[in-house]
Amino acid sequence: MSDRQNVETLSRVATAIRRRDLQMIHNAGLGHIGGDLSAIDILVTLYFSVLRIDPRAPDAPERDRFILSKGHCAGALYTTLAYAGFFPREELDTFVQPLSCLNGHPDRNKVPGVETNTGPLGHGLPVAVGAALAARLTQAPWRVFVLTGDGELQEGSNWEAAMSASHFQLDNLILIVDRNRLQQGDWTERTMHLDPLTDKWRAFGWSVREVNGHDYAGLLETFSAVPFEPGKPNCIIAYTQKGRGVSFMQDQVTWHHRVPTTEELAAALEELKEVAL
Amino acid sequence: MTLLYDCRDAFEDTLRELAERDSRIVAVVNDSVGSSKLTQFGEEYPNRLVNVGIAEQNMVGVGAGLANGGLIPFVCGAAPFLTGRALEQIKADIAYSNANVKLCGMSSGMAYGALGPTHHSIEDMAWLRAIANMTVIVPADPIETAQAVQVAANTTGPVFLRISRLPVPVVHDDAYRFAIGKAALLRDGRDLTLIANGVLVSQALEAAALLEARGIQARVLNMSTVRPLDREAVQAAAMETGSIITVEEHTVYGGLGSAVAEVVVTTCPVPMRILGVPGVFAPTGSASWLLQYFQLTAQDIYTAALELLGAKV
Repeated sequence: MSDRQNVETLSRVATAIRRRDLQMIHNAGLGHIGGDLSAIDILVTLYFSVLRIDPRAPDAPERDRFILSKGHCAGALYTTLAYAGFFPREELDTFVQPLSCLNGHPDRNKVPGVETNTGPLGHGLPVAVGAALAARLTQAPWRVFVLTGDGELQEGSNWEAAMSASHFQLDNLILIVDRNRLQQGDWTERTMHLDPLTDKWRAFGWSVREVNGHDYAGLLETFSAVPFEPGKPNCIIAYTQKGRGVSFMQDQVTWHHRVPTTEELAAALEELKEVAL
Repeated sequence: MTLLYDCRDAFEDTLRELAERDSRIVAVVNDSVGSSKLTQFGEEYPNRLVNVGIAEQNMVGVGAGLANGGLIPFVCGAAPFLTGRALEQIKADIAYSNANVKLCGMSSGMAYGALGPTHHSIEDMAWLRAIANMTVIVPADPIETAQAVQVAANTTGPVFLRISRLPVPVVHDDAYRFAIGKAALLRDGRDLTLIANGVLVSQALEAAALLEARGIQARVLNMSTVRPLDREAVQAAAMETGSIITVEEHTVYGGLGSAVAEVVVTTCPVPMRILGVPGVFAPTGSASWLLQYFQLTAQDIYTAALELLGAKV
């Protein structure tokens, strides 16, 4: 497949996943649609073009690891996993229903493809550091990808992990920061400012690249450049929009965990053109 | 003269033996190489001793990640900091994720003595046994410590080992076989049961000897696994001996005594006494002085037993 064809495919898959996620959250009456929509292009790029994984063997020892640290965006992860073939898409209809395996936050013991249980923030990066160390210790070739929110970086545990990743020279570790600039209650910079974020990661010994988190070609090029520098962990600051793809949700703090009404769902789906998959 | 042992030595010897046979065994520390007695381990297996610096939350998360990669991490730190600082990581990354990680809370209880309540770990049994999927083990002597470390390595899933630095005598013989969730009957008796764990098992045994001189036959159980609790042993103690005293180097809120009482009151109510730290921060004093201050010596257990039996009559 040519790069251009690949980008077109990713775009079509992402649109389908956005639509499915919106419907799922509307039906469930629960979810975090804003952060889901900011992360979906990154997830789709990873699961459909970057990760060395086999959905039929989700526990294969040599698989690449992906850890969703912003566990409240489980809806985006579940939808992506289902479209990637980890479990039947019909399972998405059970999201947060009694006894569903699809809880509001991901459970590795119930959902194929989930590596660790997240939900409280600041947990993914330390676990990713451990997994990257395990690859190093066992001389295994697999890589560890971890997606954090940006507001989540206010948790101190991330910076403990950041120090250790560079100390251990884990160039098999790839952190993607979903820099949508919003957290639950307000803009990050008004709540507890993170900038200069790139400088912070560089100061902690990471090799940093910035990318538009909705540009598949840019994401693909960035992921293909890993490791950016031998012996340094990789940080990708992905500039995104919360609510991306639905005009009235984009950059709106209220859509952190608001559930679309029937009318809002219809308007959102109208904006996200139907695609055949 | 009874020989006394630091259980951390048995821990370290066993971990090195395991590491020699199984390349998946790794140790993770928070700068606590010396206090976890892992200096020799680090010399023999420099790549398998992961020191994350003074960062307990990261340490526990790293343990979960190492387990995800197929290794068997023993995550070691001073018990108060490992459990208190990283409790949410223990809950989410280890227990809820059901990660194959062995948490080793070193120098637990009031072993740090006059360093004070910041360094005491008298809440860890309560915190850890409240978390689903956790196995909580409090070994009493070096023989049991060595076996508990082996069993933990051979058991898939989260385990918390509470390992003291206070010198203790051997209370088990070489034939002893530790099993998770199984109380050890150290002495049989029909008049009452003393249930202890950790460094206070030897005190319970001494108390039983004092009681025997008064013609009282005390059963002594080493309840080294606090979760899952040996409910059958507790029920048998209640039915066959009629009263129970628990003894722990821990707050009386939520620890061994509470675990035993949960079974007793719901299945076979009998008079009980729960000996431990009575819900206060300890005053300044050495570890051994604090055990006397909080009335946790053999003589205190003996006195409590006489009072309890008197109350029964």
